[in-house]
Parts: sequence; C-alpha cells; structure tokens
Amino acid sequence: MTFGQIALPRPAPSVLPGFGLTMGLTLTWLSLIILIPLAGVFITSAGLGWAEFWRLASDARTVAALKLSFGTALIAAGLNAVFGLLVAWVLVRYSFPGKRLLDAAIDLPFALPTAVAGLAFTALYAPNGWLGSFLAPLGLKVAFTPLGIVVALVFIGLPFVVRTVQPVLADFDKELEEASATLGATRFQTVRRIVLPALMPPLLTGFALAFARGVGEYGSVIFIAGNIPYVSEIAPLLIVIRLEEFNYAGATAVAAIMLVISFALLFVINLLQAWNRRRIGLAG
Amino acid sequence: MAIDPLAIDTARIPAGNTPQRARFRTPLSEVPWVKFGLIAIAVAFLALMLVLPLAAVFAEAFRRGVEPFLAALVEPDALSAVRLTLFVAAISVPANLLFGLVASWAIAKFQFKGKSFLITLIDLPFSVSPVISGLVYILLFGSYGFLGPWLIANGYQIVFAVPGIVLATIFVTFPFVARQLIPLMEQQGTTEEEAALSLGAGGLQTFWSVTLPNVKWALLYGVLLCNARAMGEFGAVSVVSGHIRGKTNTMPLHVEILYNEYNFVAAFAVATLLALLALVTLVLKSALEWRYGGELAAHGRH
Repeated sequence: MTFGQIALPRPAPSVLPGFGLTMGLTLTWLSLIILIPLAGVFITSAGLGWAEFWRLASDARTVAALKLSFGTALIAAGLNAVFGLLVAWVLVRYSFPGKRLLDAAIDLPFALPTAVAGLAFTALYAPNGWLGSFLAPLGLKVAFTPLGIVVALVFIGLPFVVRTVQPVLADFDKELEEASATLGATRFQTVRRIVLPALMPPLLTGFALAFARGVGEYGSVIFIAGNIPYVSEIAPLLIVIRLEEFNYAGATAVAAIMLVISFALLFVINLLQAWNRRRIGLAG
Repeated sequence: MAIDPLAIDTARIPAGNTPQRARFRTPLSEVPWVKFGLIAIAVAFLALMLVLPLAAVFAEAFRRGVEPFLAALVEPDALSAVRLTLFVAAISVPANLLFGLVASWAIAKFQFKGKSFLITLIDLPFSVSPVISGLVYILLFGSYGFLGPWLIANGYQIVFAVPGIVLATIFVTFPFVARQLIPLMEQQGTTEEEAALSLGAGGLQTFWSVTLPNVKWALLYGVLLCNARAMGEFGAVSVVSGHIRGKTNTMPLHVEILYNEYNFVAAFAVATLLALLALVTLVLKSALEWRYGGELAAHGRH
C-alpha cells in the first residue's frame, strides 16, 4: 500500500479496487479547480494587511451593497418559505388538473439561464411592462428598485424550498394526523401542532439554501435592479465594478466578506440537514 | 337523516381514488373552501412567478414579427455566441462527467474518515457567488495575478479568453454530476461489485458492466442539469470573458450586450433559444423522473 504514506484518507478494508487512484484524482482535481483558486481570495485579502482590508470593507458603498444583498435575500427567502410551503402542500396533498405540469415547472428557475430570467422580469415590471403598467398608477415601482431585486430572488429561490419540503411532506406518516383527529383536535390544530413542526427542519433548510443562493445571485438581478450605487447596487455587482476599475484589492475584499458569510451559512445548512435526517429517521 | 353513509361515499369517490380511502368526510382533509383557496393561491403564485416570465420572453421576441426575430439569430455575432456556448459545454460537461464518476466511486464505494467533509468541499461551488467563481481565476491568471504575468509572458492567455470561460464554467457546474451519483451509489452498496470481482471480473470491467448500468439514468440526469447550467451560466463567465464580440461572447453574454444597446427584439430573440434549452431540459428531466424515478435518487427526488 504505497498511498498510505501520503496524507490520503485511508479506507476501511474493502475488496473493491481503485480507491487510491480515484481518491487521488478526486483530490487533485478538486484542489486545482476549486480549493486553490478559492484560497487565492483569502491569500490576496491577507496580503492587503488588516488596516487596508478594514478600510475597504467598511467603505460606505461596500457596506450599502452588502446590506442590500443580504437584506433582499433574507426577505426573498422569507417569502419563499411561506409560498414554497404552500405550493409544496398543494402539490403533495391535493390533486387537480395540470398538477404534474405545475410540479415539473417548479424547477424552471434551475433550468432557465439567470440572464433570461432577469430580462423577463424587467420586461414584466418595467413601468410600461405587462405588470408594471398596472402597478405604476398605484404608485408601486418594482423594476429598478430594491423591490425588483426581491422579485428576482423569489424566482431564483423558489425551487429550493419546494423541493426540500415536498419529499418530507410526502413521507409524513398520516397515522399521526389520524391520532390527532381522533383525540379531538380540529383540522387547523392538527396541521399547526402535528404537521408543521415536522416540516420545520426541511423548511429551514430550504430557507437557508434560498437565502445563500440569493445573496450571491447576479445574472437575474442586475437587469431589474437599476444598479444605482447606495440604493440598488448588489454586492456581486460591486465586485464586477471594482474589477472593471482594475481595483483588485477592492473586489477581493468584498469577495472575502461574502465568502466568509457564505461558508458560515453552509455550515448552518449542514447542521440543519443533519437535524433533518434525524427527524426523518425518527418519524420513519 | 336515514341515509346509508356508504351510498353517499361511493358517489363521492373521484375516479381513480382507491375505495378503502373513502369515509364520511375524512378528518384528514381540509374543508373544501380552504382546499380550493390554497390551490388557487398556489396556482396564481406559480403563474405569476414562472409562467408569465416565460411567456414574456417569447412575446417580446416576436413583438415586431418573425423576420426581425430570425434576423437576430442568423447574425454573425449571434452565431459565434452559439458556437462558443456549445464549445464550452462540450468541454466542461464531459470534464464534470468524468470527475463525477471518479469521485463517486472513491466516496460512495469506500468507507473512510472525513467523507462528509469531502462532500461539503465538492458542494462548495453551490454556495459561492458566480461572480466570485469568476474572480478567483482573475486573481490566479489575470495580468496582476499569481500566475498570470508568467503565463502571459509565455503567450498563454487564460482569462479574457476562451480557457478562462471554460474554467469558470467547470467551477460553477462542478458538483452537479457527483452530487447526483454519490447518494445513489452509497445506497446501492458494494455487494454487486463484490460478486462480479469474485467471479473473476477485473476492476474496470466491474465498473463498466455492473456499476455504470446501475447508475445510468442518474448519470444522465446529472449531465442534463450540468449542461443546462453550463450553457446558461452568466455571472462567472461574464467576469472572465472580456466581452469581445465574435470571440469571447457566449449566448447569455450576447443577450446582455444586445439589451444594453437597447436592441430589445434581438436580445429577447437570443433569449428564446436559452429559454427553449430550459424547456427541453425540464421535459427530459420530468420524463426521466416519471419513468425511472426509483433509479434516480437514493431517497426522494431532488
């Protein structure tokens, strides 16, 4: 066993061949494509020195962009939690004509290129668009405002919530609901006290996934946002602007902050998913 | 009320429902007005968020009729954008397909410490902003980057050229195939492979005629999603492309350029091609789920 000398993971005994080769290739390719390039962001940030990094990070425009990105992503993920739960409930529990088609359409945001989505929402919500022309007389401006960003992010995040809640709800043990009903609970009480608590782990996971995706989203947002500095300029766009100014330090500082928060989110999502699995394990 | 409850019930059972479900009005269902209210809200929400935007793309593309639509598609810059998009996908999808197979063999068929951490690392690109996925290659290969000055001096242009676009696309689509295969192959275990080996098959032969057929639909599913993302990626590619018309413009970037030039009909015309790609992807994906649902994923569908 020669690969035991290098710091490769050592497997439990197995008769299957090829662990050393495939694990070596996996780690090499992973390092070359993902890990080393990502490390570059932190190495560049570290090279700036703490004072310089802090100056770039606390720049008013950067702070405004980060606040906007996280704020709109949070609101959109919240809306998705509500509507995603509702959609998952309707798709799992009821049958109605066109249901399969609707179910298949949920994944559209995964399949539709983000730039196309951005273009479509801008066309819909522009003051002369299909929806914008109805909303304008009401004094409601969606396109080219933070509200437009929320609309785009709701689109992007929707499948995350629906697709995490759906399988758990489908596997939910109906006997629990029957027991609750025989004990005299009203339907509303049963749903609130029995079904919803079981859906909390997948719902929170979906919320976190939608939030994480929304924070970094670029393509669908920049068309509808209007991109006014301090008002509707998202953090990923600020990175692009800094790059176009050849201000690599500025771009890297924003990227490093976003990465740190994303990794923290990823950690939370992993904890949530572990909780999710335990809950399913108990119910099943 | 001397009515036989069973008689009412059979009349109420909608076609296709199993008879043993039938009771008086089951306490496990909501009252009709709540039920239909919820269905109405869900359908309205999905129509507003999913159907309407898709309809808008096609309506805007054909706003001035068929001719300007077709003209926008056969224009040389549009054609070169289509060619570049296909070229980039033709490299990045097979690269991720190979990686997915290799990684899932190592991860799913063996037990070792740090497995879930390794899976998290493979998933990283999902939680990184596409713009940062592009930025990392600029920091590495740009003219002020770590390797850039040396590479450029030796005549290798990586970023603001096609290699950078390919790299950024591989980055953002990295987890798709592996993610689909790992849980399924873990669930399938190693007994079939062990049987093949004990009957004298070689390692590669075992993989080729036992493992691969077991995961073929899941593999196709992963490749399908990987391809949709590879062809449609915008943020990461936009950062590393340099936006040179006819040279480093992919279809999504071409859409943006046309839109920024107020050439809306052309922008939406090219966008319809991408929307069609999404629709074809969804149809194939649904077909796979309906026919081979059980062979696609370990638990549930995702």
